[in-house]
Amino acid sequence: MAANQLSVAIINSGGANINSVVFALERLGIEPVFTADRDQIRHASHVVLPGVGSAAAAMDQLQQSGLVELIPDLTQPVIGICLGMQLLFESSAEGDVPCLGIIPARIEALPVEAGLTIPHMGWNRNALVNQHAILSDIEDGFYAYFVHSYAAPMGPWTVARSRHGREFSSIVSHRNFVGIQFHPERSATVGQQLLSNFLRLQSEVGV
Amino acid sequence: MNGNAGSVTDLARRIIPCLDVRDGKVVKGVKFREHRIVGDIVDLSMRYRDQGADELVLYDITASPEARMVDVSWVERIARVIDIPFCVAGGIRSVEAARRVLNSGADKISINSPAIENPALIGELAKQFGSQCVVVGIDSLQLDGDYFVKKLTGDPDKTQDAGLGTLEWVRRVQELGAGEIVLNCMNQDGVRRGYDVQQLRLVREVCRVPLIASGGAGAPEHFASVFAEAQVDGALAASVFHEAMIAIPDLKQYLRQQNIAVRP
Repeated sequence: MAANQLSVAIINSGGANINSVVFALERLGIEPVFTADRDQIRHASHVVLPGVGSAAAAMDQLQQSGLVELIPDLTQPVIGICLGMQLLFESSAEGDVPCLGIIPARIEALPVEAGLTIPHMGWNRNALVNQHAILSDIEDGFYAYFVHSYAAPMGPWTVARSRHGREFSSIVSHRNFVGIQFHPERSATVGQQLLSNFLRLQSEVGV
Repeated sequence: MNGNAGSVTDLARRIIPCLDVRDGKVVKGVKFREHRIVGDIVDLSMRYRDQGADELVLYDITASPEARMVDVSWVERIARVIDIPFCVAGGIRSVEAARRVLNSGADKISINSPAIENPALIGELAKQFGSQCVVVGIDSLQLDGDYFVKKLTGDPDKTQDAGLGTLEWVRRVQELGAGEIVLNCMNQDGVRRGYDVQQLRLVREVCRVPLIASGGAGAPEHFASVFAEAQVDGALAASVFHEAMIAIPDLKQYLRQQNIAVRP
């Protein structure tokens, strides 16, 4: 599918700084819609779940928009970015809130240790763990830009991992869902490649 | 700590060009004075991104002393083209002002004098946007072996003592919710004799959030020593990059040879 045939919906889950994701998609020739409308999200070819702020505030926003039941049932490619990735999990220790429950694990705080800064902020190295189309043309050891204090554990869902105090999942996948803990829109060429790979993923139906 | 053998993180040290902005142009002065134009904001931002800068700080040096808000139109122009993180500083003195800058596409906002005048602002910003968005810039002056915070440093005629010790203020801003601290050592600023490693080492001991060194970069060795000896997360510099005295790819290669973890 050519870029101009894609209809990308960015889910409005509250929070500021959605524009950096919008601009990153625009650089790939996409004009995304930013929406909390159920029909618009259901009919999009690709769905982005961004997230800035706290897990509780974002889940609250999704609840109010009636999206908590909708998102897990989506069949097109869905990508959760940063907090949006964490929302794909069962629950988060950040505010001890239930999340979307797509991936059966809990988001936990990164360890607070001497010599380690929290939030984990900056460019960190990633190791490839499992094959996935999202990793097309991505090399082992790639650096990406992280900003977070909570992280997903390692598991069968882990596609790539990084470490800060402990190892954690930096890219996850489950069915048609992909999650990226770092900010692809702020990870230079590597990030652009990952977003481009996401746009090439196809819906579950008809694959 | 970060990135060295046996560490529990692979976090890279950040190289951060700082673009001082006045009237929409990038300028640089010596010791905060004698500003002259060095280039266009978007052109310079993209040039540094292409050279491998890890992050950019864009600092509107006219904003705070003249009590006006940062003009957000250039923030959006940069956000449209840049794909590395950038922080906007200067004249942000309210949650609403911060929201406008973040909504325009900036990743972080940095506050300095307004945080001194109204420390509660740090907590309000952290609550609204998360600590990770909230950088506190501190201008610190060494006097008789002690360190003091200065405010309104964008205009030398308006610069004042903040009435705060630097270490005391570093501790306080973290309690209030700062997610990162940029420490500008004013005695070193613009003179290229190296970062104030001694002061930064003292601040590092009381700083649990990312710490960025600023002021004094003149040679690749200065970056190596501030990373190795003061364990800062990032090093900020302006004139050595703007005047092409140090090329970022060469600097990173040098740092790698010194076993300092940097992004390729």
